[in-house]
Amino acid sequence: MSNALFTYTLRLADDLLILSQRLGEWCGHGPVLEEDIALTNRALDHLGEARNLLTYAGQVEGKGRTEDDLAYLRMERQYTNVKLVEQPNGDYAHTMVRSFLFDAYHLPLMQALLKSTDEQLAAIAGKSVKEATYHLRASSEWIIRFGDGTEESHQRAQAALDNLWTYTGELFESDAVLEEMTKAGIAPDIAAIKESWSKTVDQVLSEATLKRPADAFMMTGGRKGLHSEHMGFILAEMQHVTRAYPGAEW
Amino acid sequence: MTEVKNLEELFQAKIDAEQKIEPKDWMPDAYRKNLIRQISQHAHSEVVGMLPEGNWITRAPSLKRKAILLAKVQDEAGHGLYLYSAVETMGTSREQTIEDLLSGKAKYSSIFNYPTLSWADIGAIGWLVDGAAIMNQVMLCRTSYGPYARAMVRICKEESFHQRQGYEIMAVLAKGSPEQKEMAQDALNRWWWPSLMMFGPTDANSPHSAQSMKWKIKRQSNDELRQTFIDRTVQQAEVIGLSIPDPDLKWNEASQHYDWGAIDWTEFNNVVAGNGPCNKERLAARNKAHNDGTWVREAALAYAAKKAKRKAA
Repeated sequence: MSNALFTYTLRLADDLLILSQRLGEWCGHGPVLEEDIALTNRALDHLGEARNLLTYAGQVEGKGRTEDDLAYLRMERQYTNVKLVEQPNGDYAHTMVRSFLFDAYHLPLMQALLKSTDEQLAAIAGKSVKEATYHLRASSEWIIRFGDGTEESHQRAQAALDNLWTYTGELFESDAVLEEMTKAGIAPDIAAIKESWSKTVDQVLSEATLKRPADAFMMTGGRKGLHSEHMGFILAEMQHVTRAYPGAEW
Repeated sequence: MTEVKNLEELFQAKIDAEQKIEPKDWMPDAYRKNLIRQISQHAHSEVVGMLPEGNWITRAPSLKRKAILLAKVQDEAGHGLYLYSAVETMGTSREQTIEDLLSGKAKYSSIFNYPTLSWADIGAIGWLVDGAAIMNQVMLCRTSYGPYARAMVRICKEESFHQRQGYEIMAVLAKGSPEQKEMAQDALNRWWWPSLMMFGPTDANSPHSAQSMKWKIKRQSNDELRQTFIDRTVQQAEVIGLSIPDPDLKWNEASQHYDWGAIDWTEFNNVVAGNGPCNKERLAARNKAHNDGTWVREAALAYAAKKAKRKAA
């Protein structure tokens, strides 16, 4: 049980940590100053939630690992985030579509986790729901602006959607860990999260006049630590200072 | 002519009586121009300053440091926004002000043309660069132009937090492993002199200073502020066991201040003239962000226009 809880908590944390890392790359390079602020805010919220989850994962594991041990001293095979969040930023449409596809999953997940039988996860979700609500609203608004904005923005948003769609299946995969967590009332029923996600996606894409891609081949592997080639570079950049000075305090 | 003279006298009388000048008040053209230049330079410095610090967000060595750095760089973007708004109160649009930065016409603080080469540079920037900026900004909280003074009050609160977090990074490094201490000392060595240059030319070589003081845009001279900064910072360095890279530095009992060595003004002039280590990169990064963002801004405008049209129909 504690093994599955550790894995489950880590998965939640890794999605947020890696997405935050990607969003942090934008800092100082946003399309307009207000968006620079919004992007760093988003990165900061995800990082805050990831830190809470990593700390908790370390406690559940019971081997004394801290948030930093888990963030900085695992290799990519031990990272369990979905491949969606490790995809490169691309243009602003790619970044926003990636966030939108994630936010539309993250919000109902957090809302459902409020009722988790695991008090700590419920408490973390309690902190996150407000932020997640804002994130989904903001990314939805950009998808609508892009889709219903100019010809160019429409094309860019559709291209991003077509490109990233293959990474959405992984958000709703189930396996023995998730089944155990769901049975214990710790994790919500993932099918219900998918239904909510799908509804949000349809609503927003329809208002944006964008086309929902067909569910063709879906990428998989992230939850088992099988990532895209991007992941090694993300971790190399994130971890190199910490690893160069083992045991140092910062 | 007499009328303008009277207006100028009234204006100066208001300043002498410590009343704030507000956007709709009459003001001499030179006062307006001086302020537009100063506030826009300040705004650009906040925005360009995001680049050397943003450079370390993805590499911060702990999650806590990463979160603090993200929040700090976000603050700088916010400062840029208030200051662009303050420029707008003087009748220059944000687009025009930004255009002047991108074309290289407008200046920003030369300190941001130096590279951030190690994690300790993030500490040094907070401690020294923000520390030097605060000296100026605390003074500017009492500047004669109302919107600028009010923007500064808020900015100062945040900058003082930035300065403390930078100093704390340095303190932790200085008491860490020998390699960490070396990293901190190296950062101090590289950022010390450029930080002193942030206060601008010496009073003797600062032609606009006298007028700015008369108008109470500035209230303390470059040299006074620089000396206060040195006196304070030398003591802070001692506390954490780092050495100021100035062989001529020594306490002067008579003046109750530190005496210190000569600034290399050739380097300063070179960096101001565009020949610093990162001038080209900084401007290129701002231009790239602006150009890559064009379609985003256009989409937002197009959508807003469509929405307004639908609402009207």
